[in-house]
Amino acid sequence: MSTQATGMPSGAAAATDPSRFIDIQQVTKRFGASVVAVDAVSLQIARGEFFSLLGASGCGKTTLLRMLAGFEAPSEGEILIDGQPMAAVAAHRRPTNMVFQSYAIFPHLNVGQNIAYGLRKEKLSKADLRRRVDEALEMIKLSGYASRGADQLSGGQRQRVALARALVRRPKVLLLDEPLGALDKKLREEMQIELRQLQEQLGITFVFVTHDQEEALTMSDRIAVMSAGHVLQVDDPHTLYERPTCAEVAAFIGSMNFLKGRVRGRENGQAVVEAEGLGTITAEAVAGDLAEGAAVLLAIRPEKMAIADTAERAPAGAVEGRIAAANYLGDRSHYYVNLPGVEKPVAVAAQNVDRETEGWLQSGAPVWLSWQAKGPILLPAE
Amino acid sequence: MSTIARQGRGYRASYAVLYLAFLYVPVLFLPLFSFNQSIYIAFPIEGWTFKWYGTLLENERLHEALGNSLEIAITSSVLATTLAIFAAKAYTRYRYRGQRLSLGVVMLPMVLPEIIVGVSLLILLNQIGLGLGTHSVIIGHTLICLPFAIAVLMSRMEGFDRNLEEASLDLGEGPVTTFFRVTLPLILPGVVASLLLTFTISFDEFIIAFFLSATDTTLPVFIWSQLRFPQRLPTVLALGACILVFSAILVVFSEWIRRRGHVKAGPGVWN
Repeated sequence: MSTQATGMPSGAAAATDPSRFIDIQQVTKRFGASVVAVDAVSLQIARGEFFSLLGASGCGKTTLLRMLAGFEAPSEGEILIDGQPMAAVAAHRRPTNMVFQSYAIFPHLNVGQNIAYGLRKEKLSKADLRRRVDEALEMIKLSGYASRGADQLSGGQRQRVALARALVRRPKVLLLDEPLGALDKKLREEMQIELRQLQEQLGITFVFVTHDQEEALTMSDRIAVMSAGHVLQVDDPHTLYERPTCAEVAAFIGSMNFLKGRVRGRENGQAVVEAEGLGTITAEAVAGDLAEGAAVLLAIRPEKMAIADTAERAPAGAVEGRIAAANYLGDRSHYYVNLPGVEKPVAVAAQNVDRETEGWLQSGAPVWLSWQAKGPILLPAE
Repeated sequence: MSTIARQGRGYRASYAVLYLAFLYVPVLFLPLFSFNQSIYIAFPIEGWTFKWYGTLLENERLHEALGNSLEIAITSSVLATTLAIFAAKAYTRYRYRGQRLSLGVVMLPMVLPEIIVGVSLLILLNQIGLGLGTHSVIIGHTLICLPFAIAVLMSRMEGFDRNLEEASLDLGEGPVTTFFRVTLPLILPGVVASLLLTFTISFDEFIIAFFLSATDTTLPVFIWSQLRFPQRLPTVLALGACILVFSAILVVFSEWIRRRGHVKAGPGVWN
């Protein structure tokens, strides 16, 4: 990571805190009088990090990325990259490069010309230019494609060319706007791994925009979950999944059961909660006010629950319910279980380890639910 | 349904024939009588000849008028297309207050009566001392060509992925080089189509040229002046036939360029 190719003033680079390589300070973006696309967002992205902006469409993630690229100017706040304020730096002078969602391959140029496009200002000799383009093609496993026309490429190949065209400039930051969205599932999974490897190999900071939570979890060092122009939580994938700090993040990433509850006391740093359907249990408090009597949400993921067909086979403390619906997915089954006093059926994911369990899958069958001791977490009630 | 369709078939065919006859019979009289030996336009045709086309080559005032027409048409088509490129970029790439109003105002000359434009320019140019001649016709023609050029170029600019220009900026090219390396090559078919279309409009235009050309007669004005002399009519017919063929070729060619460009350089992102 110490080898920095593009030349910003070296004094400034040396002074930069590597954990604040990209420093987004209270950035707001308004369109017109009423639309606030990004609302007072602050984020610090470390040098060499694979950082994802995750959220549903319209959450402001792409606008934020476009502000990093310089295509949009913040209405308020400041963006620094490698210690340099970006406000006065036009898009074509920024140390960033972008992979567009539409790839934006120049249709009037061939693959080689597309990749060489951004190297004109480096004034390379013809041989050097050729070598750089060839290296880039090799990196994306498209050697020998230099003279292909842009219209002769498949979707996956276009995506790779867009990537090579950006990386050949050796940017400090690579911005990726849903680059895998247009690919089919299998190709997408391959590209996820490839992109991640490439990023580790090059040590370039990646800022990756996606609405696909699985993609974000697979690839990122850290993820910022965005909604309605705000950042809800910034964490590594594991923490984000296991310890979401609000119900919105918990619901957006994976699936989550929410049960209403009330705090009854504390025990060994954990909260004792009376939750609908489950009775009185202890749970880890992730966020929020947990004073006695406070209303909370008990959140528990479907795979952290277990299901049994008889009381004998269930561990002590299991609660009885009835299956409302069962979906067989091959490797696992999803059950929706009605618990007394709970409005919405509770989702349970069970691995289909035993080949003989089909008998009690039917709707209406009585089942016993149990949960891992560390499974449930507490979130502030909305 | 099929019975009705069959019954209607005969009527529809004759309707179509009448329709086409209405459109083309008058125009086709021109080339037809230009091959007639007699100087009178009347049936029956006395005999076939190319001699009227020969007289085209000898008439020096005609050559002068043709030269003026070409000069005016080329200059005003280049001027109108250049101005239209900037306008079309502004209308398709940016959003700003008063945009729609401004577009409406700019497109208005398309429906403005040419006689009004002609008279107004006549008065104005004389008042400000620019006088009349080739240059004033160029001004008038640029004015009436501009909306057509803008319409052609806007449809072209709307047709391609905006991200392409952003990608160029992102790859280190400033706005000016981005225009020349990305925008211009991609709208080139539209530019060619606009040049051809506006050339044709200017080349055929009569009223403004009549008011503003003074002694620098254009071809249509020359033709009009010849109509007073019956013996010169066949020459005019021959000239008219040439212009007709030439204009038709230009329009078809410009439309062909425009369409071909659309297929080839469209966004084409999703393969």
